[in-house]
Amino acid sequence: MKNKFVKLLSLPYVFWSIGFIIIPLLMVFYYGLTDKSGRLTLSNVLNIALPVHFKSLIIALLLSFVSTVICLLLSYPLAMILANVKSKSKGLMILIFVLPMWMNFLLRTLAWQTLLENEGVINTVLQFLHLPVLKIINTPYAIIFGMIYNFLPFMVLPIYNVLCKIDNNLLNAARDLGANEIQTFFKVTLPLSVPGIISGITMVFVPALTTFVISDLLGGSKILLIGNVIEQEFTLNSNWHLGSGLSIVLMIFIIISMITTAIFDKDGEGSAL
Amino acid sequence: MSNKLINLENISKSYDNHLVLDEMNLYIRENEFVTLLGPSGCGKTTTLRIIGGFETPDTGKVIFDGKDITKLPAYKRQLNTVFQKYALFTHMNIAENIAFGLKIKNKSKSYIDDKIKYALKLVNLEGYENRMPDSLSGGQQQRIAIARAIVNEPKVLLLDEPLGALDLKLRQDMQYELIRLKNELGITFIYVTHDQEEALTMSDTIVVMNQGYIQQIGTPEMIYNEPENAFVADFIGDSNIIDSIMVRDELVEILGAKFACVDKGFGENVHVDVVIRPEDIELVKPEEGTIHGEVTHIIFKGVHYEMEVMANGFEWLVHSTKMYPVGEKVGIKVDPFNIQIMNKPASEDEEAVQVEE
Ligand SMILES: Nc1ncnc2c1ncn2[C@@H]1O[C@H](COP(=O)(O)OP(=O)(O)O)[C@@H](O)[C@H]1O
Ligand SMILES: [Mg+2]
Repeated sequence: MKNKFVKLLSLPYVFWSIGFIIIPLLMVFYYGLTDKSGRLTLSNVLNIALPVHFKSLIIALLLSFVSTVICLLLSYPLAMILANVKSKSKGLMILIFVLPMWMNFLLRTLAWQTLLENEGVINTVLQFLHLPVLKIINTPYAIIFGMIYNFLPFMVLPIYNVLCKIDNNLLNAARDLGANEIQTFFKVTLPLSVPGIISGITMVFVPALTTFVISDLLGGSKILLIGNVIEQEFTLNSNWHLGSGLSIVLMIFIIISMITTAIFDKDGEGSAL
Repeated sequence: MSNKLINLENISKSYDNHLVLDEMNLYIRENEFVTLLGPSGCGKTTTLRIIGGFETPDTGKVIFDGKDITKLPAYKRQLNTVFQKYALFTHMNIAENIAFGLKIKNKSKSYIDDKIKYALKLVNLEGYENRMPDSLSGGQQQRIAIARAIVNEPKVLLLDEPLGALDLKLRQDMQYELIRLKNELGITFIYVTHDQEEALTMSDTIVVMNQGYIQQIGTPEMIYNEPENAFVADFIGDSNIIDSIMVRDELVEILGAKFACVDKGFGENVHVDVVIRPEDIELVKPEEGTIHGEVTHIIFKGVHYEMEVMANGFEWLVHSTKMYPVGEKVGIKVDPFNIQIMNKPASEDEEAVQVEE
């Protein structure tokens, strides 16, 4: 009786995953592995070897890697500060970090476009102050900046969460056994926060790798990431077969990155750094 | 046993205007097994954390081996702590946990390996090197926490209710283990518990605390047989605490009846507290007792019967190997030296001595 009720409750989710995850996925595979006449082929997937496509993949991997690393370096100290704040304003501080996430992603990036433009707000102010202007828009740096800005909270929050869960007595135990603050950090805090770092990396790296909005708006369509190439195949060229084929390649890279991080996680549990 | 290894001088500590320790003075001798005993919230852990260096007192000094260490950070102190909930490093195996302190001190690998073997043998967990803490039972984790502390050869081991989470049988076993360890290692133990039986079993010296005040310091026998005030008497073991009048030396009036006792020097017709342990009450025929009453409750406790006797308006708690059924009329007799007379608490500590149920 109760079992049936639970099953009934899960029904919407079943329909959801079939309709919006499984069927689209199957369609991607269908289009990606066939040509226009419907014959089975690997040519769409192998198209990644084309210099234009390959270059866009490498740039995407590079930019998302760099922004993930910078996000991590920025987030860890930030998460530590947030986790150690004792005052009542703690909730407010975290809210300030999460708040931008509630705004539309496109809107936020558009805002940065107007801010960073050569004749944009920032440069106008700089000019007014007789300072050198920023020539950052439409460069890879602008894209990295956009990625960091948009994905930083996804790195901060999981790290903050694991740091909060670390028992203070463990840190006291390390100090008790003769470890100073730096040793305590590297031998206890850092290894225990690896799970948070891992999920942070995944949550930043994957969307950064696949983005096309950020590179479109801040890269001025001059720097094509693999996400842009795929988007254009679907929208401009209406070549769903090629778009799907390249998507499959991208998926493979995402799966590889997730497996790598998962392996790192296992290692991190066994031994201290 | 003579050196004062640790000396706490006028230690006070409060949290958000709530006074937790008030002008505490306490010294601990080398090689002593000292137990801080008191109800939950009386400041035992705070005292231990001040000694361990995890908390700084608001006033007062911590002297260790003649040196003032009040401001010395925890990692520089020559003592180790066994934490209340073990606090093992879950990301390291047992060997790595035990080696933690030694690696920090850059000891050689062979020295560390020997120490791990030795410590695991000492706590009866040989061969557990490669296990993870999560795969061990509570008792085993506790013993690893002890092993991890003692390999560092501290002068003092601080233990905060280390057996609190274990079941009764295991707790009793571990009590003997700890006494054995202490004798084998020859180091000073400062032990915190709220369990009076544990304190009586293990300690050389017991420090009874309540609400941030030390109530009494003494050997287990002194604490049990000669409690200094009603709080101690009530907290250590069962007892009958009765508001009485000291008529003159060696005579006390309890609930209207005159009892001979051995105490002197309280003055004449002075209000006092009398403590009589339940096992010191002798039940006799009604006409043979100093006072008499009727049995109202009886419980079989294994070694003895626990009875309550209503006499002169007071429920007397009595332990006896002889059984008297409920409703039986009995007399109560007490040997003079088993009547413990205590002054009523002085005004300053009045609050601290409130006996709680
Ligand atoms: N970090 C703290 N912040 C505020 N109050 C505390 C803190 N630590 C302990 N206390 C308070 O101090 C009192 C004594 O605590 P503690 O020393 O832990 O007692 P015990 O170990 O004897 O149970 C308690 O009332 C407790 O609530
Ligand atoms: Mg405590």
